[in-house]
Amino acid sequence: MSVKADPVYHQFEDIEQQNESYIVGMWVFLVTEIMFFGALFLAYVVYRWNFQHTFYEAHKLLDVKLGTFNTVVLLTSSLSMALSVHFAQLKKRWHQLACLGATMGLAGIFLIVKFFEWKAKFEHHLVPGPGFQWHGDAPANQAQMFFNLYFAMTGLHAIHVVIGILVIGVLALLTFKKHPLVESFVPNEMVGLYWHFVDIVWIFLFPLFYLIPV
Amino acid sequence: MSSVGNPTVNPEVGAKPNYLQNGHTVASWLLTKDHKRIAILYLISVSVFFLLGGLAASMIRMELVTPTGLMMTSDFYNRIFTAHGVIMIFFFLIPAIPAVLGNFLIPLMIGARDLAFPRLNLLSWYFYIGGGLLGLSAILTGGVDTGWTFYTPYSSMYSNSQVMLTILGAFVAGFSSIFTGINFIVTIHKMRAPGMTWFRLPLYVWSHYATSIIIVLGTPVVAITLLLVGVERVFHIGIFSPELGGDPVLFQHLFWFYSHPAVYIMILPAMGVISELFACFSRKRVFGYHFVVFSSMAIAGLGFLVWGHHMFVSTQSMYQGLIFSFLSYLVAIPSAIKVFNWTATMFRGSIRFQTPFIYALGFIGLFVVGGLTGLYLASMSTNVHLTDTYFVVAHFHYVMVGGTIMGFLGGLHFWWPKMTGRMFSDYWGKLAAMITFVGFNLTFLPQFILGYLGMPRRYHLYKFAPEFQIWHILSSAGAAALALGFLIPAVYLTLSLFNGKKASANPWGAKGLEWTIQSPPLTENFEEPPIVTEPAYNYDPEEAELEEDEEAESEEPVGARA
Repeated sequence: MSVKADPVYHQFEDIEQQNESYIVGMWVFLVTEIMFFGALFLAYVVYRWNFQHTFYEAHKLLDVKLGTFNTVVLLTSSLSMALSVHFAQLKKRWHQLACLGATMGLAGIFLIVKFFEWKAKFEHHLVPGPGFQWHGDAPANQAQMFFNLYFAMTGLHAIHVVIGILVIGVLALLTFKKHPLVESFVPNEMVGLYWHFVDIVWIFLFPLFYLIPV
Repeated sequence: MSSVGNPTVNPEVGAKPNYLQNGHTVASWLLTKDHKRIAILYLISVSVFFLLGGLAASMIRMELVTPTGLMMTSDFYNRIFTAHGVIMIFFFLIPAIPAVLGNFLIPLMIGARDLAFPRLNLLSWYFYIGGGLLGLSAILTGGVDTGWTFYTPYSSMYSNSQVMLTILGAFVAGFSSIFTGINFIVTIHKMRAPGMTWFRLPLYVWSHYATSIIIVLGTPVVAITLLLVGVERVFHIGIFSPELGGDPVLFQHLFWFYSHPAVYIMILPAMGVISELFACFSRKRVFGYHFVVFSSMAIAGLGFLVWGHHMFVSTQSMYQGLIFSFLSYLVAIPSAIKVFNWTATMFRGSIRFQTPFIYALGFIGLFVVGGLTGLYLASMSTNVHLTDTYFVVAHFHYVMVGGTIMGFLGGLHFWWPKMTGRMFSDYWGKLAAMITFVGFNLTFLPQFILGYLGMPRRYHLYKFAPEFQIWHILSSAGAAALALGFLIPAVYLTLSLFNGKKASANPWGAKGLEWTIQSPPLTENFEEPPIVTEPAYNYDPEEAELEEDEEAESEEPVGARA
């Protein structure tokens, strides 16, 4: 894994071909990510359709305020990520690093809030499994399905946020060290694409779980 | 890029070492980023898995010779046929052609130095090996009894076998094929040589492009689905078990949403191989090139809309079934276009009956039977009668073995001189291809009859229907011939590495960029970046006739022209 001074790998003719390939590759990867989440979204649609009333009852136990706060946090992190790409193009390295740091910080805040939300669910025995306790009118196994999906989907999303923090961290470190790999803005743009994808998933998750109408 | 000239290099080959000579250490293979070496790694590993899956198959066939199950318990039989299915599908059929021949040929065919992401390519091989080892460890520690389909709730709640390990193995191997798919899509989009326009691409590349789209869209879905089964099994929280309020049929929908297109992941690359073989051995441009291109893409698209035909006897609604039935019939159209175009390619061609072409002709024969019996199964009324019988088993073996493995072997023989620089014995090659064809039909034609008569799949006891035995004996006898047909190439191809004639750059007289460079190729593939100025399969009909005359005069085999 030697990183040569020449930023163009041997299989490419020039830096443009390489950059375009990276971007296309990232988009194709995001397609696989969409399909990965897609199965869970389909399951959500099926059970929401079948258990409409229960899902409405169960969603009241989620904290809309915390969910809204987290939505704002993630949207802001997308802004800082977009700005970091902007500064990377302008070669303003310190601005870029500040924006990457802000993105990581906001992602951290998101995870901390998420942690307290999940902790409350554990305390109220709303975690699916043998210890699940349900006091509402709606059938317990249907309510359990709501929390199944809630934990599966927000959990998978949270894993993506953690991966995002790590990747942004590596990018920031390489940028800080003026590594030849990150000389062009394309690596930052690729990480940015990933991060926006993580945001968009949340933008769907938030209304599906927190904002169910009667 | 290249190391210092090696004194042992054959002077004919040139001063630079070819990709096989460029480093002889274990590390130079296991850490290689050269797409050609990774293809060889894949070739060795998929061959091992094919052997293991074949061993399981031969145990199944031996057990079925008698109606009373003399060899094994029912539980053991369940584990054996599951092992056969899991190994053959996840670790042989899906990676076989794309990861071996695709890896080797796509950069050569489009005039690139490598795939776009060589490290990802190597990583995909390690994921494949990791998944394969997980799957094997599951089999060695007791096996799985769910069938390769892992239907819930049996797999998630009740099965007392190594479901978790197997699911993890399939999950990891799935990422291996996702990496390959991403790599191919980017490579085909961005790495084509100057002048290599989309409609100058060999059909082989097109079929891999279509395959990669299916891989990228389908595999993540089965990955998350298998993960959910695993979570349900381990933590007792899940979305498929009825006890937990879930719907097991949802699993079937998600599973077949991938696993039906997966059938096209297996067959489309084989179709690409067949296009190349027909053009080369008829010395003609493939008839209706554009139609073959679009039929590949149509199969990739329609393939995603037909999964419900696996579920006609589930709780799926009848109207849904009707639509799925109709859409399944539609897939027959692009498949038939391909078959007709290949046969039309032979018309007035200058045909050479060499080993790869025998496999190609065998492919046509078997694929047509497999495809047409698919129509019986796509029609709802016959499907209810034939569901889960040997008719289904015979149908998909005609497509998977008759189609994919004939394509794989045909392609392997065709590009063997390019990959290894050696010619194999054409006599043994033709013989093996014909034994395979006959043995295959003897194995699986009786299974159509068995299935029609009502023999269910996945049963090993049929003592209340002793009249089935004769068909089972025929089928098992055919399996022995089939095994012979697969073992002979293993022997003569291996021997050819040591005493085969040196292959010239273009031993078959084929068109295509991969035949313009030496065999085996240099590590960097092309000494000068190629510029493409002509369409694919630009065979000159008059030249073909001339060659034929020359051949009639001298009885020398084509391979000796080196």
